[in-house]
Amino acid sequence: MKRPKVCILRTAGTNCDKETAFAFEKSGGQAELIHVNRLINKARRIADYQILAIPGGFSYGDDAGAGRILANELRFKLIEDIRNFIAQGKLIIGICNGFQILVKSGLLPGNGDLNQEASLIINDSNKFEDRWVYLRPQGRCVWTEGIKEDIYLPVAHGEGKFVVLNKQVLARLKKNRQVIFQYCDNHGRLSGYPDNPNGSIDNIAGISDKSGRIFGLMPHPERHIQISQHPMQAASKKRQGDGMLIFKNGVNYARKHL
Amino acid sequence: MVYRIEIKDKPAQFDAIGEGIKKDILDLGINNVKEVGFIQVYNIEGELSGLEARRICSDLLTDKISQDYFINSGPSQLSPKQSQFIIEVAYNPGVMDPVEDSILKGIKDLGIGSVSSVRTAKKYLIKGRLSPAQLKTVSEKLLYNKLIQHIVKSKGQVQAQPCGWGYSFNLITVDLLGAADKELLKISRGGQLFLNLQEMRQIKSYFKKLRRNPTDCELETIAQTWSEHCGHKTFRGRIRYTEKIKNKKKTKLINNLLKSTIMKVTKELKKPWCVSVFKDNSGIIRFDQNYNVCFKVETHNHPSALEPFGGANTGIGGVIRDPLGTGLGAKPILNTDVFCFGPPDYPFSKVPQGSLHPKRVMKGVVSGVRDYGNKMGIPTINGAVLFHEGFVGNPLVYCGTAGIMPRDKSFKKSKTGDLIVVVGGRTGRDGIHGATFSSGELTHESEKLSSGAVQIGNPIQEKKMVDTILEARDAKLYDAITDCGAGGLSSAVGEMGQELGARVDLEKVPLKYADLSYTEIWISESQERMVLSVPKENIEKLIQLFESENVQATLIGEFTDTKRLELYYENNLVCDLEMSFLHDGLPKLEKKAVFIQARQKEPRLPSGKNLNKYLLKLLSQYDICSKEWVIRQYDHEVQGGSTLKPLVGIHNDGPSDASIVKPLLGSNKGLVISNGINFRFGFIDPYWMAASCIDEALRQIIAVGGSLDEVAILDNFCWGNPDKPDRLGGLVRAAYGCHDTALGFGVPFISGKDSLNNEYKVRHKSIAIPGTLLISAMAIMKDVNKKVTMYVKEPGDLLYAVGLTRNELGGSHYYNLLGSLGNNLPRVYIREAKETFKRLSKASSLGLIEAMHDCSEGGIGVAAAEMAFSGGLGMDIFLGEVPCGSQMRDDEILFSESNSRFMVEVKRKNQKAFEKILKGLDFGLAGCVSKGKDFRVYGRDNKPCVDMSIAELKEAWQRPLRW
Repeated sequence: MKRPKVCILRTAGTNCDKETAFAFEKSGGQAELIHVNRLINKARRIADYQILAIPGGFSYGDDAGAGRILANELRFKLIEDIRNFIAQGKLIIGICNGFQILVKSGLLPGNGDLNQEASLIINDSNKFEDRWVYLRPQGRCVWTEGIKEDIYLPVAHGEGKFVVLNKQVLARLKKNRQVIFQYCDNHGRLSGYPDNPNGSIDNIAGISDKSGRIFGLMPHPERHIQISQHPMQAASKKRQGDGMLIFKNGVNYARKHL
Repeated sequence: MVYRIEIKDKPAQFDAIGEGIKKDILDLGINNVKEVGFIQVYNIEGELSGLEARRICSDLLTDKISQDYFINSGPSQLSPKQSQFIIEVAYNPGVMDPVEDSILKGIKDLGIGSVSSVRTAKKYLIKGRLSPAQLKTVSEKLLYNKLIQHIVKSKGQVQAQPCGWGYSFNLITVDLLGAADKELLKISRGGQLFLNLQEMRQIKSYFKKLRRNPTDCELETIAQTWSEHCGHKTFRGRIRYTEKIKNKKKTKLINNLLKSTIMKVTKELKKPWCVSVFKDNSGIIRFDQNYNVCFKVETHNHPSALEPFGGANTGIGGVIRDPLGTGLGAKPILNTDVFCFGPPDYPFSKVPQGSLHPKRVMKGVVSGVRDYGNKMGIPTINGAVLFHEGFVGNPLVYCGTAGIMPRDKSFKKSKTGDLIVVVGGRTGRDGIHGATFSSGELTHESEKLSSGAVQIGNPIQEKKMVDTILEARDAKLYDAITDCGAGGLSSAVGEMGQELGARVDLEKVPLKYADLSYTEIWISESQERMVLSVPKENIEKLIQLFESENVQATLIGEFTDTKRLELYYENNLVCDLEMSFLHDGLPKLEKKAVFIQARQKEPRLPSGKNLNKYLLKLLSQYDICSKEWVIRQYDHEVQGGSTLKPLVGIHNDGPSDASIVKPLLGSNKGLVISNGINFRFGFIDPYWMAASCIDEALRQIIAVGGSLDEVAILDNFCWGNPDKPDRLGGLVRAAYGCHDTALGFGVPFISGKDSLNNEYKVRHKSIAIPGTLLISAMAIMKDVNKKVTMYVKEPGDLLYAVGLTRNELGGSHYYNLLGSLGNNLPRVYIREAKETFKRLSKASSLGLIEAMHDCSEGGIGVAAAEMAFSGGLGMDIFLGEVPCGSQMRDDEILFSESNSRFMVEVKRKNQKAFEKILKGLDFGLAGCVSKGKDFRVYGRDNKPCVDMSIAELKEAWQRPLRW
């Protein structure tokens, strides 16, 4: 069976690249760590991959705002390649810093032209926080198909508060079913801090584009693919980590359609 | 042309930074601030048009969803009308601005090439009625540190660039030959060399033979190599030791304390899995058939005292480079951090001149660790925070890093003809004299004298350097690597070339600014640099590889066969020393050490029976209470290996005994990391302090389901001035405690570090910190799925007290509450302890244990309470069933801090099997987990002496550091 090729984009300050690659490999993908410089100087082409994954970290130290500088490299140096990549119906996922990059480059929520319509800003707590959160699935997204129940993943960020340009943007997100994950409590109820760790509007933790093929989220699915990573392993009856299905979905879709 | 750009959150946006500052101002006891606004300032210099400047703002510096920007605006434009005070803080010239590099890159990416520099500033708009005095307090105690920052006076003033003008060579020699003893000492003091007379004389006589005076560069090189920091002359020197315990007096001459205690253990135990010990930048042990792991813990006390954020920041950055500089380079997989501070509620009026308030030190240190550790993508998984008045002027900041490497990358050897390549950051004036500075004591002058030793790190610089070095390692492009730590190039090249000889052309070293002298280049301790020894044929490949990831790699010299250290600046010889003199010329000093055990005051035990209030007070002790505020700010999950987290329980907020990581995601083999530290016992007897620290580190490994089969430990001594016999006496005593205990447990030391001269002057009195030993332990765990957590799981389960509780409350927190120290401190009964550890590991490997928690500060009382409220369940405990010494009172049983003890939760169905395994040991079925939420302890008379809700206990435990 063919193993879809995954481009794990990295640069100075990327730091979740290896575990993200591991998650894709475990899901039957073929992951390759690619430094953004090699895409820019054409040593490598995104076109050769079916999935583009932008992992977590602090690209360029998050100086000038989380993800901004790498987002600009995508916007100003790679945009043609990325447009074609998207046009061919290929998949993109951005996790944590990757989500910030997708949003700040305008690829999410995505409105054709690359205007930034949302952002991820400093947590209301004004602190970087590492904690496990419950996520309520909804919306329509290739990456989260089959996820019916709330899932449990860690967040670890200082700039994860999801905000939008205006009400219309939020309304559109909901209408198009682009809101994919919402922070909730352990009974699935939308609730405040710390269940919503950063103060995101409508508890939004992850969104997709209209097509459901471009997906970004603040929590780290790659940090919960094995049950040994679960903080209450003894209590958990599951056989794999809650994050695993997300990577499998991506790989299986690519295998079928790309 | 300079553009001044101000960026502020849109009015509708919640200003989290401003709110944070407002809270901190409240902490200062100033409660009349209504609102604080935060503005980020960029001063951008270069030939650019207004259009380009606007582009930089809109496309790079501003998040248009949440922020507005203003170019060359008078501050007024941005100030909310009623805002009364504006404080703008900028970095001093010469201090690296950590964001400059990436902002410059970001601007280039926009196709704008004409920007020459970016300097940032932070502007605060403070609304509220503040007196000038209060405003001063807010700025000085909160908003800036004059060592690295200043308040921008005239609005919109732009920073002068750090010393732009060039440097013209002129060789400086120091007249030693003509100097009498008095001058010699003056030269040492004046040059911050921290060399004593005997050492200065040695240097003088060496140059007498050469019939010339040393250059400044030669003198600095020697001073650094011989510094306490690099040379460890106390531990390796000769010590005449006298001890007097209960009128028993003995005296002995110790030749090399390190070899005769710490290293001796490792030598005698001869563990086959010890790969490389006390040689390299960190100690290496075997992990599995394909990989080795290494571990190192360092301290960064003096820099953290002066500039907490920068000090801790560069402390982490430095220790990360130790595994990276071990063998051919290990990948950093975890960090540990242990701190000792003054009490956070210490009165401002009592803080010594030139020192920062403990709370500020703590907040700064924690954010320094958070910033560097998180950005490096290394999980910070284990640590401890302790508090005592003795650390007010001199906090302790221990930073540790473990790494993993393929087995065939565990050794290095530079060869004659190899090229010397420096990679990573540029060299600046920062960190000059760090090594020698840390070898002296802090005075209120330190802030002036040693501001050069204070720096801020650049984690992203280091991150890309690490990534690229590991690629170069796997491509086999170099023969050896070491880090540029204390002593900078001087100690790095000096060490690597020790057997061979080295020649360096100093003008080739890439600089941050042009005006560094050859000596400054050589001794600068600028961060994020490593030195590689590269075979000629690989040099082009190597430099290309580093370029491809935007990391600078520069050829600066060559390893020779002259056995000399030869330094040139623009072809002028500026240093020419025999390696043999540099490394072996240090005169053996003899120091005096005296330990006299003092009789301490015994407390009056309370007559009342009810112990509720004492348990609550203990849970609220700063040493014991929840450290969640600290731990949450560290990323402890990155790299995906975290299997037992520092916080556990049904709400992930209970105190884990140790952490477990899986360095290889594809395997279930793990590393258990724990630590032991308790300076209080040292007030009574450092020997038993050392023993207790080792026991604590080991029992934490047992508590999480590990075993003693393959455990390696590290020692870190932080002590006062070793030239004072009383200080050194305690150190020697502790070292023997380490030897006897580690040998007894069969656990080798693989690396260690001592940081001496931890003293500070208050008026003319020099105060030493409490002599403090940190033991860090690393254990190999065959299957991480056998891990055990500390919180109770299910009502009806049985609770066992394992290990004998003795009347050993000396140095305990309970006695501390009662206002005295006592004398009967906990000892370690090794045979008994070893057996307990062995049997409990067996029980957990068989899956017979639901939860286990080690008893340390606060004894059984605190341990049981933590298990209960972390699991959200009540429990009943019967002190009559706790195995203990005769005639012990309820409070003594509940709060004694005897070593080698555990509270264990076991299912009824496993009772027989568990008891069979423990047969013959001291253990008692002391209670059970209850359905309700009540925590009850029954005294020996079977009447309750503690009866509270777990909510009450948890609140007492969480309140103190809920910031």
